[in-house]
Amino acid sequence: MSIDDQSIHAETFILNLGPQHPATHGVLRIKLTMDGEYIVDAEPVIGYGHRMHEKMGENRSYAKFLPNASRMDYVGALLNTHCHVAAVERLAGITVPERAEFIRVITAELNRVSSHLLWMGAFLVDLGAFTPLLYTFDDREDILDLLESITGSRLTYCYYRFGGVCNDIDDDFIAGTRSFIERMRSRMPMYHSLVTENIIFRKRCEGIGGVPAETCRRYGATGPVLRGSGVCYDVRRNEPYSVYPLFDFSVPVYPEGDCMARYRVRMDEIVESLRIVEQALERIPAGPVMAEKVPLILKPARGECYFNVEAARGSFGMRIVSDGLDAPYRLKVRSPCFSNFSLFRECVRGTLLADALAFLGSLDLVIPEIDR
Amino acid sequence: MKSDLRSYLKEIIGGSISLLTGMWITLRQSFRKPVTVSYPYRTLKLPERFRGHIELKADEQGWAKCVVCMACQKACPSFCIKVNGYKPAGMPRKVATIYILDFTTCSLCGLCVESCRFDALMFSREYNLASFRKEDYVMDMLERLRRRRICRP
Repeated sequence: MSIDDQSIHAETFILNLGPQHPATHGVLRIKLTMDGEYIVDAEPVIGYGHRMHEKMGENRSYAKFLPNASRMDYVGALLNTHCHVAAVERLAGITVPERAEFIRVITAELNRVSSHLLWMGAFLVDLGAFTPLLYTFDDREDILDLLESITGSRLTYCYYRFGGVCNDIDDDFIAGTRSFIERMRSRMPMYHSLVTENIIFRKRCEGIGGVPAETCRRYGATGPVLRGSGVCYDVRRNEPYSVYPLFDFSVPVYPEGDCMARYRVRMDEIVESLRIVEQALERIPAGPVMAEKVPLILKPARGECYFNVEAARGSFGMRIVSDGLDAPYRLKVRSPCFSNFSLFRECVRGTLLADALAFLGSLDLVIPEIDR
Repeated sequence: MKSDLRSYLKEIIGGSISLLTGMWITLRQSFRKPVTVSYPYRTLKLPERFRGHIELKADEQGWAKCVVCMACQKACPSFCIKVNGYKPAGMPRKVATIYILDFTTCSLCGLCVESCRFDALMFSREYNLASFRKEDYVMDMLERLRRRRICRP
């Protein structure tokens, strides 16, 4: 029975998903027009978590925006701050010492792994499996401990500075990261037999939430959503930044476009990120971690620049326009979740409500990043 | 028809095995040492660089090292530091008379500690900061410093 035959005249009803709902992971409201168990239309209502980060960036000095960047996507905070500092550095023409770039890559990739682990746990809770969350949080805890030992905070890091990073890494961190890589690698087969091969999980994911590559292109979806639809696009590879060109890593791509493909992309990305961290730890040069002569009050020359990084959820970009004063004239944030979520309405039509929740979970949304 | 049945049976058996594998993993885990600690009775060691709220440092005589240069107040993104002071006769530097941190708006970015060029600020190692009253988070740093000095063995 397809819904197209009868839904035109059938009685529909509105179902509110959110603003407070455990499966939306934040204050997100989706107005679902339902025909029985099938979704006729899904209208996202966003903006509950709007904190005007862009406007805040425009009326404060460059350095004062540092803590803000990590509060947009708090699950992958270092990746966002990387984008911010790199954009300002490009604008102001600051050269970053190589050691600082290596530290940035190491910490950002660790943050990506922790973000994917958190996503995996939360996604499986959405699907009704509680146990894997405890395993992923156990592993994530190790990353948080490592990052806390050098950045001082556990979630909303404020670690990168214009021209480098504020603290150097020590031998304990390097040894701890090496042992974490070993541990995480030994845990991957466990995850695959616990989750990937689980029949209930596969039934809920395979062939569910299909997103064609063409739809991704139209909505500007990036990150694992795009790579799960068979398009090989990774900012680290296509528009290399920082010291990523020095490392050997592959970009996982799965052509199916369903929830399972997105899950597999993220699982493979964890392994690839560990590879990058391992290579970076081996090749990290000695030297300063902060550029010399970075002015206390930054006043970049007139001009504008756009910088994007591969955040855990896709291409995270910032456009900063400077008019020569100590605060940016315009600061625009391109957040990947907004684009990734935009395709939800089109792709979810005609599916079951339970499948829509699996689809929503597989998009890996961080609502404060959509609203910012 | 026959292959349909075969794949159906194969799925049932394979699926059951996958479920049993998952349960076996969970069962094995229950015999391992717990990774959690029972918090109020046992606490973990904080890392060296733990970033709590700020705290004033004292010099040898027990005065606050702060020279009221206002760098921290200017560096703070959320305007949560209020400093004021005067220059007493016979002192080579200014002395803080007011140092108030409004912790309700502090985002723990650490820019104030970095901006301090007189080594007068540090991060506290306190994290049990729950309270029912908003006023408890408007902290008088000089008062805290005084209390710390009295408590010192």
